[in-house]
Amino acid sequence: MTITLHVNGVAKKLNLAPWTTLLDALRIHIGLTGTKLGCDHGQCGACTVLVDGRRINSCLTLAVMKDGAQITTIEGLAKDGVLHSVQQAFIDHDAFQCGYCTPGQICSAVGLIGEARAHSAEEIRELMSGNICRCGAYPNIVAAIEQAMSRKPASRPKAEHE
Amino acid sequence: MNNFEFTRATDVADAVRQIAADPGATFVAGGTNLIDLIKEGVTKPSRLIDITRLQLNRVEETSDGGLRIGALVPNSDLAYHPQIDKRYPLLASAILAGASPQLRNMATTGGNLLQRTRCFYFYDTTTPCNKREPGSGCSAIDGLNRMHAILGASEHCIATHPSDMCVALAALEAHVLAAGHNGERSIAFADFHRLPGDTPHIDTNLNKDEIITAVELPPNGFAKNYSYLKIRDRLSYAFALVSVAAALEIENGVIRQARLALGGVAHKPWRDRRAEAQLSGAPATRESFMGAAQTLLSDARGFGHNDFKIELARRAIVRALSQAASATPQSQIDKRVR
Repeated sequence: MTITLHVNGVAKKLNLAPWTTLLDALRIHIGLTGTKLGCDHGQCGACTVLVDGRRINSCLTLAVMKDGAQITTIEGLAKDGVLHSVQQAFIDHDAFQCGYCTPGQICSAVGLIGEARAHSAEEIRELMSGNICRCGAYPNIVAAIEQAMSRKPASRPKAEHE
Repeated sequence: MNNFEFTRATDVADAVRQIAADPGATFVAGGTNLIDLIKEGVTKPSRLIDITRLQLNRVEETSDGGLRIGALVPNSDLAYHPQIDKRYPLLASAILAGASPQLRNMATTGGNLLQRTRCFYFYDTTTPCNKREPGSGCSAIDGLNRMHAILGASEHCIATHPSDMCVALAALEAHVLAAGHNGERSIAFADFHRLPGDTPHIDTNLNKDEIITAVELPPNGFAKNYSYLKIRDRLSYAFALVSVAAALEIENGVIRQARLALGGVAHKPWRDRRAEAQLSGAPATRESFMGAAQTLLSDARGFGHNDFKIELARRAIVRALSQAASATPQSQIDKRVR
């Protein structure tokens, strides 16, 4: 089937088998490998992207069902060489270790901020529960999102041994 | 995934026509469960009919003062809809207790009703499962059955229905609207899902060539005294071991009307009218709640690993009814159970 995906503002015409997931379309057919394949079953959130501004699991989405949609991936967040405030906050707060879940975490956090349902650390934790971090960087992820939400200047949390 | 045809339905009549024309076809909307089942080889459709372009995504008032929820309204939109939040907070709470924000953004109202069990053996195509392959046997009865049913199970299947949303819809006495060749019909929520009996491969009473068009809520949303309490292995993003939807109408300390439905305990959202009748007219006290729990669980049976669920359900029922009575519903953010 021939479809068009608008990925990070660029129209991409693709000829895909109907059983191609949006994740595979992005990574294999378009070559944007920032979006990660984790569990491939909607349980880990590593594949999170924004479709028409809403965060979804791209591994459980058929690409042909998103014909004409606006897709934003981790590669599309920085503008004119300036990192998105959530990307910058993840760096400021050291909100990752191995980094594999990070693109999904960041896209999910951008979606979360757009939804405007989280107003406390507790609510951030609950509404980020679709993104698993095997390294356990959760406290710093929450701190990074708090910073991006409030756009307050970075204050790096002190580790216990510091 | 297996190879399949992919077509789009243009309207409800077209969807019904297409599904009737291909016995191996299935509808796809959110796809959160279906795509997973196809990946696992549990479901092998010959054709997916994309219904996401149908105009079934509105929430509207009904003539009797209730609400009609289009089958394609996403779970997240429904949970945060101002009318649901204000008039049916039990439903909003149950939806927010389930899945993750990403999945709730994708999953639809109709699809939530049609999701399949998460029984490990149903997903593991190397093991016998009467639901997946009728007549092959049930691996869970003598296997790992910690997540499995304690009520309404049969010798053929002890799987549970995984939905949170449906537990609230059962308690609220919703109706499911389905369209087929002979027009639209309304199915009472209690009659929508089935017990396993000797046909565990059939989850619902929806006909193969019917499509869910909407879910209707009656006017009474029990917005004052309600609670949805979900007990699970992690605080978020896990299926229920036991969940309880409790809704009460109380006048001067006496229960006028009670609704009580459980999730994670049976092949369908479990509602017990005997327990509800027992609460009606009784004082809103812990003793009444314990009596109702006793009645509801009188036929409960464990299969070994899940024996603990009977006592867990008893306590969860009493707690949820207490939360409802005191108008302090369980928070889906702060998971401490008070």
